[in-house]
Amino acid sequence: MVKNSDFEPYIVCFACNWCTYTGSDQAGVSRMQRPADVRIIRLMCSGRMEPRYAIEALKNGADGVIIGACHLGDCHYLEGNEKAVRRFSVFNKFIEEYGMNPKRFQFWHISASEGAEFTEHIKEYVSELKKIGPNSRKKIAAKEFKKLEEALIQ
Amino acid sequence: MSLEKPKPRVAVYICHCGKNIADVIDMDEITEYAKHIPNVALAKNYKFMCSNAGQDLIAEDLRSGKIDRVVVAACSPLMHEETYRRVLRENNFNEFFFEQANIREHASWVNLRDHKGAMEIAKDHVKMAVAKVSNDRPLIRQKVKVTQEALIVGAGITGMFAALDLANKYKVHLVERTPTIGGHMAQLDKTFPTMDCSACITTPKMVEVGRHPNIDLLTYSEIENVDLNVGNFDVQVRKKSRKINHLICTGCGACGEVCPITVPNEFDYNMGYRRAAYVPFPQAIPAQYTIDIDSCIECKLCVDACDVNAIDFNQEDEIIDLKVGSIIIATGNDIFDPSKLYRYGYQKYKNVLIAIEMERLLSSTGPTLGKVIRPSDHKTPRRIAFLQCVGSRDFHEDTHKYCSRVCCMYAMKQARQYKEKYPDSEVFIFYIDIRAFGKGYEEFYEIAAREYGINFIRGRIGDVFEKNDGSLIVRGNDSLLAEKYEIEVDMLILSTAIEARKDADVVGRFFGVQCSEDGMFMEAHPKLKPVDSLSMGVFIAGTCQAPRDIPDSVAQAKAAASSADNFMASGEVEIEPYYSMVQPEICSGCRSCIQLCPYDAISFDEITNTADINAIKCKGCGVCVASCPSNAIIQNHFTRNQILSEVRALKPWENYIIKN
Ligand SMILES: Cc1cc2nc3c(=O)[nH]c(=O)nc-3n(C[C@H](O)[C@H](O)[C@H](O)COP(=O)(O)OP(=O)(O)OC[C@H]3O[C@@H](n4cnc5c(N)ncnc54)[C@H](O)[C@@H]3O)c2cc1C
Ligand code: SF4
Ligand code: SF4
Ligand code: FES
Repeated sequence: MVKNSDFEPYIVCFACNWCTYTGSDQAGVSRMQRPADVRIIRLMCSGRMEPRYAIEALKNGADGVIIGACHLGDCHYLEGNEKAVRRFSVFNKFIEEYGMNPKRFQFWHISASEGAEFTEHIKEYVSELKKIGPNSRKKIAAKEFKKLEEALIQ
Repeated sequence: MSLEKPKPRVAVYICHCGKNIADVIDMDEITEYAKHIPNVALAKNYKFMCSNAGQDLIAEDLRSGKIDRVVVAACSPLMHEETYRRVLRENNFNEFFFEQANIREHASWVNLRDHKGAMEIAKDHVKMAVAKVSNDRPLIRQKVKVTQEALIVGAGITGMFAALDLANKYKVHLVERTPTIGGHMAQLDKTFPTMDCSACITTPKMVEVGRHPNIDLLTYSEIENVDLNVGNFDVQVRKKSRKINHLICTGCGACGEVCPITVPNEFDYNMGYRRAAYVPFPQAIPAQYTIDIDSCIECKLCVDACDVNAIDFNQEDEIIDLKVGSIIIATGNDIFDPSKLYRYGYQKYKNVLIAIEMERLLSSTGPTLGKVIRPSDHKTPRRIAFLQCVGSRDFHEDTHKYCSRVCCMYAMKQARQYKEKYPDSEVFIFYIDIRAFGKGYEEFYEIAAREYGINFIRGRIGDVFEKNDGSLIVRGNDSLLAEKYEIEVDMLILSTAIEARKDADVVGRFFGVQCSEDGMFMEAHPKLKPVDSLSMGVFIAGTCQAPRDIPDSVAQAKAAASSADNFMASGEVEIEPYYSMVQPEICSGCRSCIQLCPYDAISFDEITNTADINAIKCKGCGVCVASCPSNAIIQNHFTRNQILSEVRALKPWENYIIKN
């Protein structure tokens, strides 16, 4: 069993350029402190987000994946976020089927001015993930990577 | 023969940002780390990458032939992506062989104390940027012709000044919701700090706007719809019916005289009255009349009274289609409603007023022709008090945390005006701090205290009680003397906050402009882009962005006008080439993408049986890319390969496995 003690969750956030990405910038400018657990990948709209990116991150052992989208009605491209919501509506169920805790995937609506909300959400999410414990895929991912590396060296 | 692409040679530059990044993230460690990322040819760090010297560093390496792609790990790309792209462009490299890793806003600044954690994130962000840049492809920005006309929404002092500046060069459509232009400034009597008469400076500008051949004035009109095509916005305006033909109406006022209906006049904050056929105030522009159909009983007395037969009850709303190259939003502010703060007694006690009502009472064109009277008995009050920060600098629900910036000054202004009219009266101002920050403002404060003998008492009023005769007892704590006060006054004026328009979110949505936490429109950057919005070609100015006074609103109006001019002047605008493309050899012809596109950019080619995307119409949301079951669509600069390479650059297991 993997131990939970001093485990820092590893979170990948896919952030829409117009809202969550800018909101996270705003959190930075205002020096709002949050756990150092979030890596942000910028997309132009949450509508660009594909399930496979989230799967890839989870498969590699990420403890949480977040999609950061505009509030409904506020999408810069009218309704990209609505389409993303629909596209990901069963994603939690899907990863649960594969034996993962459905909370490992999150769909948030954070506007460009909600740096404080983003920070708060992350704090809550991190403590939730600490309760859930590390993603058990980490070991497999590490092994697979080792194999790949060895194959490359040979 | 090898068809393999040459291996990318990436240069990574890490910026100290003075101490903003370097204090948290060890520069040597991350530079060493970057050197060992696959595809990295060299890695360097420098104090300020965005400075000339920093840019030269990149330029030199580009010219040396050692590198062909650039990653800068620094602030947010929203801040400086353009700066670095220009360096590549100027050195004959494709500007899209560039990625910026955000290690300031997203790493050092949010983890000021957790240096190790910040380092981990910074390393990951650099790794992802290298992975993405390695998969970047050369792109060319699209050029779009810009319509040489502008739209300004809101004709307060801000909208009017912006319109006048722009109209020297461009056709300007100025849309105003109410029947007249002028906004809040037209309601003021005098203006601080110079005490010049508001009408004397506003009215000539209003006339100028009304007469300007290049200004298409659309009053009593609302924005109906906007298509956000950068540089060629399609805007629909609803011109509400006034039931009076403005081409004929001479503004003689005969209709208003016969109209039997009187309703409270919004312009006087409901303290005066107007008819159903009316102009809001005598100097209104346009000077023609409007029939307020909601209060009109259609007795049609006015129809006979009008000598020129201008009244037309069959007139319908008109929808006007405009095409404009740039847009300035200047919709101004609403005023905080203090009736929800029960303890101050607004709308419960007759003699509690808000400052804008006092402004109308003081005005020589107001409902009392400049005589200050108290509403309960129409007597002139001898002792009055102002209460500052009503709805501002408050942490309770329904109030605002921010300072409204003008209330200290307008309260002192009104106090001085009142004292000038009634020299033997007494005035109290209850305040938390007096904020007199502008040019000549502190001096204005000093004169108010010294020469006008206005009593400044530090400490918010706690309670207000009404006596039988309508006078008010105010109670609170004087925080300078540390003692309680209880003072009787004839009238209390609440200096209420400036707040966002109730429909700011709706208006913002039309133009792709976000609202800040306080509900007002959000600028693209608080310091460097104060009048830009995040929506390209759309600018914001005046009190719709934040509370401010007239000098600052005018300064912003001029800034927004010059930004809009700048945007349109070259006749062309370059837009990001993030559009998507269908690979016809992969497309199965399922057509599922076609209805998903919000911009109708995808058509179907019946001959080849494949979908096709119009690059100009496509805005690059990527919805179709993510939805195509055949993976046939590619989005420029955000290809599937690129995003996957970013994800794969991350090794979420690494630290955990090492530890366990
Ligand atoms: C009581 C009081 C006293 C003041 N005294 C002073 C003073 O002495 N000196 C000073 O410098 N400043 C003073 N100010 C501040 C001053 O009023 C503002 O700085 C200034 O009026 C802001 O102008 P604006 O054009 O940005 O907004 P506004 O004056 O609010 O104008 C906005 C215009 O846009 C229109 N509009 C709104 N929404 C729409 C829409 N969706 N479509 C079309 N049109 C729309 C409105 O009808 C309005 O005409 C005072 C403010 C108050 C409240
Ligand atoms: S969704 Fe994909 S396969 Fe279907 S028509 Fe569009 S591009 Fe072709
Ligand atoms: S990327 Fe968005 S705008 Fe462009 S064609 Fe696809 S769905 Fe339409
Ligand atoms: S632009 Fe933010 S979700 Fe579409």
